[in-house]
Amino acid sequence: MKLELRGITKRFPGVVANDDVNLSISTGEVLALVGENGAGKSTLMNVLYGLYKADEGEILIDDSVVRFTSPADAISAGIGMVHQHFMLVPVFTVAENVVLGIEPTKRFGALDIDKARQLVREVSDRYNLDLDPDAIVEDLPVGVRQRVEIVKVLMRDAKIVVFDEPTAVLTPSEIIEFFSIVRTLIASGKGVVFITHKLKEALTIADRINVLRRGKVAGAADPKTATEAQIAEMMVGRAVQLTVNKKPATPGDAVLNVQNLSVVDPDGRKVVDDISFVVHAGEIVGVAGVQGNGQTELVETLSGLRRLNSGQITLDGKDVTHSSPRDLHTSGMGHIPEDRQLQGLVTGMSITENLVLTRYHDGMFSDGVKMKWPKAKEIAKELVANYDIRTSDPEQLASTLSGGNQQKVIVARELSRDIRLVLAAQPTRGIDVGSIEYIHEQIVKERDSGTAVLIVSTELDEVMALSDRVLVMYRGKIVAELDPKKVSHMDVGLYMAGSRPTESAGAKS
Amino acid sequence: MNTELLVSAEQKKHARNVGFGYLGLAVITLAVFSRRPGDAGFKLTESGTSLTLPAQQFAWIFGIVFVALAAAQLLRGFGKLSSVVLSLATAVFVLSFLSWATAGESFSLVGMLQDTVSRSVPITLGALGGILCERSGVINIAIEGMLLAGAFTGAVGASLTNLWFGTIIAMLTGVFLAWILAVFSIKYRVDQVIVGFAINFFALGITSFLSFRVLVPNPDYNSLVPVMPISVPLLSKIPFIGQIFFVQTIFVYFSFAAVAFLTWAMYRTRWGLRTRAAGEYPKAAGTLGVDVIKLRYRNLMIAGAVAGIGGAWWPIGTVGRFDQNITGGRGFIALAAVIFGRWHPVGAFSGAMVFALAEAVRLKIGNFDTGIPSEFLLMAPYLVTLVVVAGFVGASRAPKAAGQPYDEQ
Repeated sequence: MKLELRGITKRFPGVVANDDVNLSISTGEVLALVGENGAGKSTLMNVLYGLYKADEGEILIDDSVVRFTSPADAISAGIGMVHQHFMLVPVFTVAENVVLGIEPTKRFGALDIDKARQLVREVSDRYNLDLDPDAIVEDLPVGVRQRVEIVKVLMRDAKIVVFDEPTAVLTPSEIIEFFSIVRTLIASGKGVVFITHKLKEALTIADRINVLRRGKVAGAADPKTATEAQIAEMMVGRAVQLTVNKKPATPGDAVLNVQNLSVVDPDGRKVVDDISFVVHAGEIVGVAGVQGNGQTELVETLSGLRRLNSGQITLDGKDVTHSSPRDLHTSGMGHIPEDRQLQGLVTGMSITENLVLTRYHDGMFSDGVKMKWPKAKEIAKELVANYDIRTSDPEQLASTLSGGNQQKVIVARELSRDIRLVLAAQPTRGIDVGSIEYIHEQIVKERDSGTAVLIVSTELDEVMALSDRVLVMYRGKIVAELDPKKVSHMDVGLYMAGSRPTESAGAKS
Repeated sequence: MNTELLVSAEQKKHARNVGFGYLGLAVITLAVFSRRPGDAGFKLTESGTSLTLPAQQFAWIFGIVFVALAAAQLLRGFGKLSSVVLSLATAVFVLSFLSWATAGESFSLVGMLQDTVSRSVPITLGALGGILCERSGVINIAIEGMLLAGAFTGAVGASLTNLWFGTIIAMLTGVFLAWILAVFSIKYRVDQVIVGFAINFFALGITSFLSFRVLVPNPDYNSLVPVMPISVPLLSKIPFIGQIFFVQTIFVYFSFAAVAFLTWAMYRTRWGLRTRAAGEYPKAAGTLGVDVIKLRYRNLMIAGAVAGIGGAWWPIGTVGRFDQNITGGRGFIALAAVIFGRWHPVGAFSGAMVFALAEAVRLKIGNFDTGIPSEFLLMAPYLVTLVVVAGFVGASRAPKAAGQPYDEQ
């Protein structure tokens, strides 16, 4: 089967997400579609999958035009999609998730769950996916959930399988496993479209690479000859620095001291399990780990958003174990939260209002009853200029900014205060390369001025590049403390997966 | 393996509050219920076998039990049994309240429980309507309006034609209101709670107006002979239970059947799987080619039909007429039953029984001279709703997508 997209254009209010995009893929090959966040990769695939209707252009299968008005049409044409955010119902079993939409039934529409189980077993055996049809999806690790998605697609006889950022949530060892699944798919005559912004992976697995930039095809590359730097340049439109420039750290006194911290969530799971660590002034400590191993809860507890069960936290020698978020802010903690739109900003308020959100009660901005807006506007104007926030007017709503600029608003608000500790969770998730470079620069600058920095990120590359020390979290525990200069990505990956490299070079403890 | 039971800081606080709740019950039992001497008689059959409890002594015993419960709850908690203990404690409290109220007199326990089952009908059917909607991802606050409008059209339809026709009209009225809710909340994506409230006020306003302007001048439009109880052969002969559950009107049997059928349909059929998927994660269903919009429309209409029949219970199943605001907030209590029952039909059914019991007790106690002002007694069902929902809600988990409009794009 040959699938072709011709002249696809998709406009959203104010943006052209896809602009005259041409693309083709045949069974038996892996096409990597690379581009920055917001380059239009996902939009393009949603057009292909019948979720969006293209404004212009057509889709061809084996040289004849087809029209998809819903995912059902795309599925029946032999296209399968594994979405970036898994389309699985967490409370259902594997079998229930897999047969949803094509349920085998007995009389009166009664579900034939035995048949469903058997179907799952058959497909998972044929492709070596090793799935238990009766497991509840929310109990499964992310790598296994992805295999459930793959079974879903295969069960619907897909010939071309689209993977949208499939490796974003996987550990390095799961990624290797994922690649071997992709090879099995190709060997059994499927075609694979692999959407990613990780160039290393595209170079490893793809037969062809297509690059998208700002909605347009910026070029194609041959993975046998192209280098990472070349593709990155094509992707961003200029030469990109792939590493973070920083001097060796000069750690000072302990700023954040966490002793025997444990947190239990409302489902009775110990999400943070007896953690102790110290962050010193002038160093960046990175917490690496696969998503869902307690990092979110750790950050929420440290920032005063979640109550802890036991343990002690001190900030600059002061006990802040039970302090409120505001107390923590005034004691010198800057917090860049995990989800900028949910926790970092009030997107329905202006940029100025967002910039003073942690200080509005301060004497500088209010007299206790009335806000001093002229002062706030003045400061906001300064911050917008100093932190390179690209906006025509700071009075515009925060929701009008791009992801990268929204993140810069948060960084500006938190770092411009007089702080002793920066707590940054996923500081660069889902933003463009330019903003990533800028935010990394700011964080390093903050460190050099003597602030303690704790970075929590599921992007291993980011943790390794920024940190002076790396802690690895697995199932709520810190399983390793490593020196990023002495340890390989692969070894950190093994710790993240809960195992231990055979030769533990670089491990301090 | 570590076998200690793990609880979060929030849960510890909740457990502590429940402990203080038990202490409160102990204080009430010891300070109030122990003050009336005399025996309380509970008739267990219609013919007169009865159970006699010495009210004062019982109050002392129950009071001590509550103190013990409170101590155990505060010191170590009941872990997995805490819900069971809470239910038992509630039952014991109701019993000690009853024996205090009836001290020196006697009443028919079987009659009161029979009344409970009958009164559970609109709450159960309303709750099933709520489950049908919320499981597919739409919050249906408008159950109250559907019950009320169903009661009105059911009364008029049955008065003018016959009982069957009246019930069908009531059902169609529910469907119509559900259709309005569906168009606004699914198609135009208006906030579901706001549309629901608008429908409730619309139903209250229009039925009150029509009842005043049309039914009062034309009594013929609002007068019918309600259905009679049917004794189920064999089952109604079971001592105690038979009288309570199997000498009832067809509405009661319909609600039993509806609970059983919906439980099967929700967990054992293709429709149920898709409904639950649409309520938990509609995008997952949508990307697999399930038409979430159509599914939600259909479920809302079915919910309207079920709630409409629940409304018909008032005129056709009991009193034989419509009165202004005859539902008196039972639709909201039905929503509490949904939460109590954790979105499961059987759970909601037991919730409906608890609330109906509070109502039946209130009516019974009204006949005795307890010194409680009748206004306070009228509050009983709502008060029980509040306490029960606050006590049990901690552990329940709503369908994730309930309340969120589905966006196809």
